[in-house]
Amino acid sequence: MNATAKHRPGDPAYNFGYLDEQTKRMIRRGLLKAVAIPGYQVPFASREMPLPYGWGTGGIQVTASIIGPNDRLKVIDQGADDTTNAVSIRRFFHRVTEVETTEETADATLIQTRHRIPERDLTENQILVYQVPIPEPLRQLEPRESECRKIHAWQEYGVMHVGLYEDIARWGHIARTYDYPVMVGGRYLTAPSPIPKFDNPKMTKMAALQLFGAGREKRLYAIPPYTDVKSLDFEDHPFEVQRWEEACGLCGASESFLDEVILDDHGGHMYVCSDSDFCRHRRDEGHRGAMAGHDVVRVLTEQNP
Amino acid sequence: MYVAVKGGEAAISNAHGLLADERRGDRALPELSVEQIAQQLGHAVDRVMTEGSLYDRELAALAIKQAQGDLVEAVFLLRAYRTTLPRFGASEPIDTAAMAVERRVSATYKDLPGGQVLGPTYDYTHRLLDFDLLDTDRAVPAPHESEEEQQPMARVADILGQEGLLEPAEEAEADAPVADVTREPMRYPAGRDARLQALARGDEGFLLALGYSTQRGYGGTHPFAGEIRMGTVSVEMVPEELGFAIEIGEIAITECDMVNQFGGDAQRPPQFTRGYGLSFGRAERKAMAMALVDRALRADELGEETVFPAQDQEFVLYHADNVEASGFVQHLKLPHYVDFQSELELVRRLRREHAEARGGDDTGPGQQEAAE
Repeated sequence: MNATAKHRPGDPAYNFGYLDEQTKRMIRRGLLKAVAIPGYQVPFASREMPLPYGWGTGGIQVTASIIGPNDRLKVIDQGADDTTNAVSIRRFFHRVTEVETTEETADATLIQTRHRIPERDLTENQILVYQVPIPEPLRQLEPRESECRKIHAWQEYGVMHVGLYEDIARWGHIARTYDYPVMVGGRYLTAPSPIPKFDNPKMTKMAALQLFGAGREKRLYAIPPYTDVKSLDFEDHPFEVQRWEEACGLCGASESFLDEVILDDHGGHMYVCSDSDFCRHRRDEGHRGAMAGHDVVRVLTEQNP
Repeated sequence: MYVAVKGGEAAISNAHGLLADERRGDRALPELSVEQIAQQLGHAVDRVMTEGSLYDRELAALAIKQAQGDLVEAVFLLRAYRTTLPRFGASEPIDTAAMAVERRVSATYKDLPGGQVLGPTYDYTHRLLDFDLLDTDRAVPAPHESEEEQQPMARVADILGQEGLLEPAEEAEADAPVADVTREPMRYPAGRDARLQALARGDEGFLLALGYSTQRGYGGTHPFAGEIRMGTVSVEMVPEELGFAIEIGEIAITECDMVNQFGGDAQRPPQFTRGYGLSFGRAERKAMAMALVDRALRADELGEETVFPAQDQEFVLYHADNVEASGFVQHLKLPHYVDFQSELELVRRLRREHAEARGGDDTGPGQQEAAE
């Protein structure tokens, strides 16, 4: 142990990946159970982490317990690598593991994400780790955990359907745009974490393993590769995803999730791809959006130093 | 030895002596100055000013020193001083759009005019103890100063408001009286001005827990931090004898605009609703928690069911004040001999009657006498 510790990469004051090996083993056991029961929330002894609860402590613990020295890590928040929290988490892992980090979706073996699934299809050689604030899809309808556990055990998900129906009665639409509930493997109602519902269709039969960590709520869950994931809907109100009337101002993409950027005080705005890696690849391939050349584009496409 | 009751005068004076001694600590160490507290424990000062409802860094620092860092006690000290001050008027509303901004973040837009300005924040620090701080002689380099002049920063609430996406702020008439919860008893249902005042004075921990409860399903309002900005604003007042506004000073504040769950009905198109938080200095956690609770307390006026603690005006506002709460919880230390003696007499009598009714079998299982 000591002999290997000598050459172990990462901050010498901490174990590789920050967590001690016992903790990692405990989390891995939880993850194995989660993979064995797709969509089921496995309680785990979540640790206090040096980043605040709600900022990715669950995802960080999952990543920390499965990362190895040969992994290549990508961290995104809102789809982008340069978002402050993504930068902070990437730095943290660099400090405690010295693994290679990358912004290239295709090159990463491990992708930790908050609020997005990359636009590019993931492969069997990749693991997607989601940061999850509220793992319980029923939470807004039933605040008590003791009740929610029973609802899952009995598979009595009527309350969720009624909730969606009430939206239709009031608004004419299901008024949920993110954290849109899904059924995993035909058994467990599951929270996809607050990804936009735009990303829900990417979850089903995904080649990559999807792991979910909720640190504050102390739950792990998983969607194994090629598992069926169905977004709840009704025959006469089928599930549909967001669409924009404009395309990305930088790369012209019309099929990606777009963020709105405010340009001035008078309502001027543009849209840009939320997935910064996807957008960069398109620009490198020569695609140009309507705003190419505008000053703001320079700011938005500046590479991280 | 615990010596009861009378002749407490000497005991009290000895207690004060012990307190002063403990406060001073090891005489071999230099005494902490109020300036050091104001400079180096700025967040504590901000919290005490906010909950003490008095913007004065020196007095707040003094209160913290006197209270040995017990911030609720310091709030109490500051409030007790504040209450003696004469009230000579109300200021004009501060204009936070004209703030000299030190920090401004929006969670709703990737970029916006004026940009995202992190400023001094713990947000992206890793919470690893910095052992370098054990050394008190370290040179701290001056921060990098941006050379660019600050661009005007429209408030996110105003940007959303232009499209009608966010409900407009209530406009008060210029001469409408301003509620003052320190001068009038609270009446329920309380107006938003009184509620916001009570929340601004409310205990950070209590509001934090309540705000958090709304995020965990106990009255969800789907909040987005539309904007948090921190910096200095000028305070203006119209003296009666002048009839026009003059600047009387500058204060540092933190403002939080939460953009919440949309509403709307047959008359009004769907639009997001507001929650608002404001604190002195850099009390950002407080401002955010306040904004969550403010929105939760608007359940009634927005036609939502009020079933959870954070939505209940009386529950929230009666219990948010830590000076009131601390006093009453700790009053249990005061003598209650008389009341307790009366209870003792009754319980002894009831036990006797209970035993008689059971035919002389005085104490059955589970009937052990409580510790006396």
